[in-house]
Amino acid sequence: MIRAVMVISTQGKPRLLKFYEFQPPEKQQEIVRYVYGALSGRPENVSNFVDADSIFGQGTRLVYKHMATLYIVFAFDSSENELAMLDLIQVFVQTLDKCFKNVCELDIIFNFNKLHTILDEMILGGQVIETNSDQILKHVDDIARIEKSSSTTSLVPKSISARFGR
Amino acid sequence: MATPPLPSSTSTTTSVLSTASSLADSLFQRSLDDLIKSLRSDPSSEPSIISRALSEIQREIRSSDPLTKSIALQKLTYLSSLHFHPMSFAAFHTLELLPSLSPQTKRLAYLAASLSFHPSTTDLLPLATHQLHKDLTSLSNPSSSPFLPSLALHLLSLASSADLSSHLAPDLVPLLSRSSPLQPKAVAATYRVLSLCPSTVPVLFKPLVDCLSSDNPLTVSAAVGAFCELSAAPNDPAPYLPLAPEIYRVLVNSRSNWTLIKALKIFSRLVPLEPRLGSRIVEPICKFLCESQAKSLVLECIKTVVTCLHTHTEAMRLAIDKIKELLSSDDDPNLRYLGLQTLGMLAPGHLWALEESREVVAQSLTDPDRSICHEALRVMMAMTLQENSIENCTLLVRQAAKSDPEFANEILDSVLSLCSKDFYELVVDFDWYVSLLGKMVRIVHCTKGDEISRQLVDIGLRVRDVRPELVRVARELLIDPSLLGNHFLYNVLSAAAWISGEYVEFSKDPMELVEALLQPRTSLLPTSARAVYIQSVFKVLTFSCNSYIDENSSLLNDTIIARMLSLIEMTVGPLAESEEAEVEDRVMNLLGVVRLVANIKDLSGDKDKDGMIYEVVRAMYDLFSDEMGPVSANAQKKISVPEDLDLKENLDDLSEFMSDNDTTMSRSNPSILFYPQSRNTSEEVEVGPSRVAESTSLEEHRKRHGLYYLSADKESAEPELTKDYPRVNETLPPSNGDTARRVKVTKPRPTVVKLDEGEDLAASSSLSTKVEVAKDDTLSGAIKEVLLGRKGNGASSGFDASSSSQGKGKDKVKGKEIKSKKSEDGESKDRHKGRRKHKHKKETMPPVSVAQETPVIQDFLL
Repeated sequence: MIRAVMVISTQGKPRLLKFYEFQPPEKQQEIVRYVYGALSGRPENVSNFVDADSIFGQGTRLVYKHMATLYIVFAFDSSENELAMLDLIQVFVQTLDKCFKNVCELDIIFNFNKLHTILDEMILGGQVIETNSDQILKHVDDIARIEKSSSTTSLVPKSISARFGR
Repeated sequence: MATPPLPSSTSTTTSVLSTASSLADSLFQRSLDDLIKSLRSDPSSEPSIISRALSEIQREIRSSDPLTKSIALQKLTYLSSLHFHPMSFAAFHTLELLPSLSPQTKRLAYLAASLSFHPSTTDLLPLATHQLHKDLTSLSNPSSSPFLPSLALHLLSLASSADLSSHLAPDLVPLLSRSSPLQPKAVAATYRVLSLCPSTVPVLFKPLVDCLSSDNPLTVSAAVGAFCELSAAPNDPAPYLPLAPEIYRVLVNSRSNWTLIKALKIFSRLVPLEPRLGSRIVEPICKFLCESQAKSLVLECIKTVVTCLHTHTEAMRLAIDKIKELLSSDDDPNLRYLGLQTLGMLAPGHLWALEESREVVAQSLTDPDRSICHEALRVMMAMTLQENSIENCTLLVRQAAKSDPEFANEILDSVLSLCSKDFYELVVDFDWYVSLLGKMVRIVHCTKGDEISRQLVDIGLRVRDVRPELVRVARELLIDPSLLGNHFLYNVLSAAAWISGEYVEFSKDPMELVEALLQPRTSLLPTSARAVYIQSVFKVLTFSCNSYIDENSSLLNDTIIARMLSLIEMTVGPLAESEEAEVEDRVMNLLGVVRLVANIKDLSGDKDKDGMIYEVVRAMYDLFSDEMGPVSANAQKKISVPEDLDLKENLDDLSEFMSDNDTTMSRSNPSILFYPQSRNTSEEVEVGPSRVAESTSLEEHRKRHGLYYLSADKESAEPELTKDYPRVNETLPPSNGDTARRVKVTKPRPTVVKLDEGEDLAASSSLSTKVEVAKDDTLSGAIKEVLLGRKGNGASSGFDASSSSQGKGKDKVKGKEIKSKKSEDGESKDRHKGRRKHKHKKETMPPVSVAQETPVIQDFLL
């Protein structure tokens, strides 16, 4: 299964973290530090795989993609295929690209919720459920539409509208 | 005089205040974007911004307005997820927002819950049960979207407990059995529920199996993925054997590479249990290997072939060709990495294939990519046998010298552990190996001093023939002053000093040795190493004096002995004041001997060989020339405690014991000392005689309490007796036939002393694996029960019903389970009939026999 999806900036700041096996906050911090340490030392034009035995357990690996100021990292175990994971990162990046029109770090920073929505349409509990970026995007748009249609009914917070209504 | 304010007025004030503040909160609440902006505007004051935001959140989250509350929760989720602040204090507020009617708020609440809830962090999880149930079953209303169940499935898969899982399992069934966009999600969540709570197997397993034959390719993919996880280590894959026909159908019909990969993974776990499956799947695999454009699928086929289809030569050949293709893809480091990884999986069965790619592997050791270097090192280790150990290890050590510190030490670590495995089984030429150890020490970044020193001493003790070379290597290390500054090497130097002292008879130049041991920079050594150095000087000195007396060394003449003595006295003398007991003690011993043998010079004229001094020198030399053998770690255990020995007895009466011969002998009984009291000069009394007496009293002690000593032939001194050690290499198993051709041993492998099986370190590893296997018995047990219809009529009959509608593949699943291999032989013609019969018999069969049989998929395999 996929153990974690992480987006970490080249400065070492986490931009998106999703762990599919619960990790307490301290451990999460340790993982981010470890992963960043492992990736930041790697030169350009090398393979995208790094062993992660010491942080995620026996037989786990990281696959990552370095995009401008971001590392997009998936941690997975022996039940996943390395190249398939690399493809999955590609799907994720494509989806982000389509969603934000040339995604950049700022999009990632300011769209915390949307990022989780996208990820959740792709992976559930560490299992891949959809690998087509158009489909993912369609589901995400559906969700956005549902949320929009209901939020237009109350632009003003209820407490205020209730009070003015009195 | 102050009058207390009226209660009513107080309450009005507070209520006004609270509404005002909540109004202010609502109107002026900072959104998540505001928070992110302020964090970005001033990164240096991040902690203060966060703490201010947290205090705002703590206030806002108690607000009665759901929107205010949800924004506060959103900010908190953000801070918790990306700034690692615990949010357990908000668990209840999160629960409050889960039932919200606004989809936006609801999703925020679910996100917060799925990121932070876990049985280990909150005990409020059971309170979510009802809401999850409601959301999971919300699809019963046809107009609703899959939005709500989807949220609930995410939470269920990330934050569930066994209790929650078992309560909600029935709600998953309708989601699993209805084809919808939700189905794949439900399948993925089902896997988590099953692995958390095996008692849900009777409810969920059958619908999950049905998903394998769903029309929706995504559902099939998710279901195959779920079974792939369920059958993964440490779980037992055996219960899934009956599903082989279903998975096979997926393997030949599916067009999704994702699905195929997972199906192959399942087969690679099933084939070792049922080798006949191999011949079924080998055909589609070869097809993929030849035709597929998808690298990921080809990779998975390679992995499947090399893990479980060794016997299929055609597939093996294809796979090895593909591995070579991967290895030669110069422009894609990922493929080279995976090529090395799969190449390593070929060992030990197909070492010739590894040998053929030797060049590439060696080349990869210098790759700028650390991951590739790692894999190359792993392959190197896997392909190293007795025949090529010299070649490979030399190459690796040479590579280590050129690598960066971290990788250099990894290489050294691997070489050290590989060569020392099973009592240096791989080492044919020990002279080569000890000089290799010497070279390792010279590598600038070497931090493996502890292990190297252990092996140097260990080899010295075990391998008699290598000692001359060992002494030579030790000399090289000792005479190099530059090594003395490296604290990683203190143990190595200490070992080298010990070796030089212990096997000084092989030393070419004892004088040089003494000079090396006493060079000025030895002051940099820690006490323990220094003590060894001085003790070694002691041994060298006694040896030199003895050879000098016996005139059996041309190197030792009057002047040399005199120089040696004065050097020792000059350099060691000041250390007599040392505050370290270890050093001081040995220095005193050494100085005692120096002053004693200084007399030899005076007597050298008449060479009175029976003189007392000669006697002492010889006695001391004899003392050290006793050979030390390795001692088994289990030696102590082998001695049974005698019946009359009471270890718990009060030792008060020991004083009586002490006044006995024991003490008098070593302290004052002059008859034991063959050294006349009259000749003692100040230090000699302390040194020479007490050492000699010690050994004598030891013998005396042994005589009296012989029972408690190890049997004499193992560790007592006679050098001839070491022949009695069992020899490890006499029973060496013949090495792998594949690669046995290139043996070019120039000299016979020397004896390696090995004590007993108990000493074998490698044997300990088997224990831990056994424990792990037992761990997940509950899940596989539950699945076995369902699949074999042992328990729960509902589950098994449901399975029957479904399988009859599923056509051939499934029909066979249930037919097989009660047939043993033997009963099936020769009845293949009327198998069909037999199957039907068994189907009806199943209910009446004694359950025990069902459980004991390994599921065999007869029809499918024949």
